[in-house]
Amino acid sequence: MILLTRKAEFSSAHYYWNEAWTQTENERVFGRCANKNGHGHNYTLEVTVAGEVDPVSGFVVDLKDLKEILEREVVSVYDHRHLNLEVPEFAAETGRVPTTENIAIAIWRRLEGKIPGAKLHRVRVYEMADLFADYYGER
Amino acid sequence: MAAGEACEVRRSAGPKAYMSRRYRLSASHRLHTEAYGAEQNRAVYGKCNNPHGHGHNYGVEVTVGGPVDAETGMVCDLGALDAFARTQLIERFDGMNLNTLDEFRELVPTTENFTRVVHRIFQGFRGARVVRVRIEETGNNSFEIGDEYGRG
Repeated sequence: MILLTRKAEFSSAHYYWNEAWTQTENERVFGRCANKNGHGHNYTLEVTVAGEVDPVSGFVVDLKDLKEILEREVVSVYDHRHLNLEVPEFAAETGRVPTTENIAIAIWRRLEGKIPGAKLHRVRVYEMADLFADYYGER
Repeated sequence: MAAGEACEVRRSAGPKAYMSRRYRLSASHRLHTEAYGAEQNRAVYGKCNNPHGHGHNYGVEVTVGGPVDAETGMVCDLGALDAFARTQLIERFDGMNLNTLDEFRELVPTTENFTRVVHRIFQGFRGARVVRVRIEETGNNSFEIGDEYGRG
């Protein structure tokens, strides 16, 4: 089995806020991230798939196809968008805060079952070079 | 909020994820063991045996794992992890000569041993489970200790 990783980038705005809490509590837990005017990051996404090498093509997965899937399922939805206001999985009524962990989980759910011939192994999302989250599909 | 408290109080089970944070510190060291004679030390450790020492900009990557809290969306309070790292990692090792520290009194400060020491220190972090510590000594080599994870 071979693991293969493809990167993509997107730039998005977000803020952290739990509607069930008071403003004071949000600010205490989330600090500067609770500013409802939002702030943003250049995110780097690394998607790792696992599979066998096709004996004819020598590929685990066609990288061009994988790039297009990432573009269609993730980048076109997240890039230059406000995650809280424009991306359905983080809408206020979901109660889901767009933290790096939750973004990794949401991207896994967007990609699961959509990569032909390979199994999704890991979704890694870098919020910054010194902070990243990994999700392996564990419940 | 005291370092390490938040996650314990707020945790409610969600999907399991891992969060990694990178810290930087600079320190000097000399690789030398009293178990060897001068010649063998030079043979084994090469230029790292230079009596005056040398140094590195270490990159320390700490990974915590656990359920993503349903209310905060977080595996762990990052502020608590940073506070722990500041007092237990940066303030103890940054700008120091590793050979002069208690931790390395009887331990050669190779980056393997430094990684073991830092991994042991982070087992004392109460805010979340530290599943892995990885230290880059230079851009070309790194050392890690941790659980097998992400396979379930």
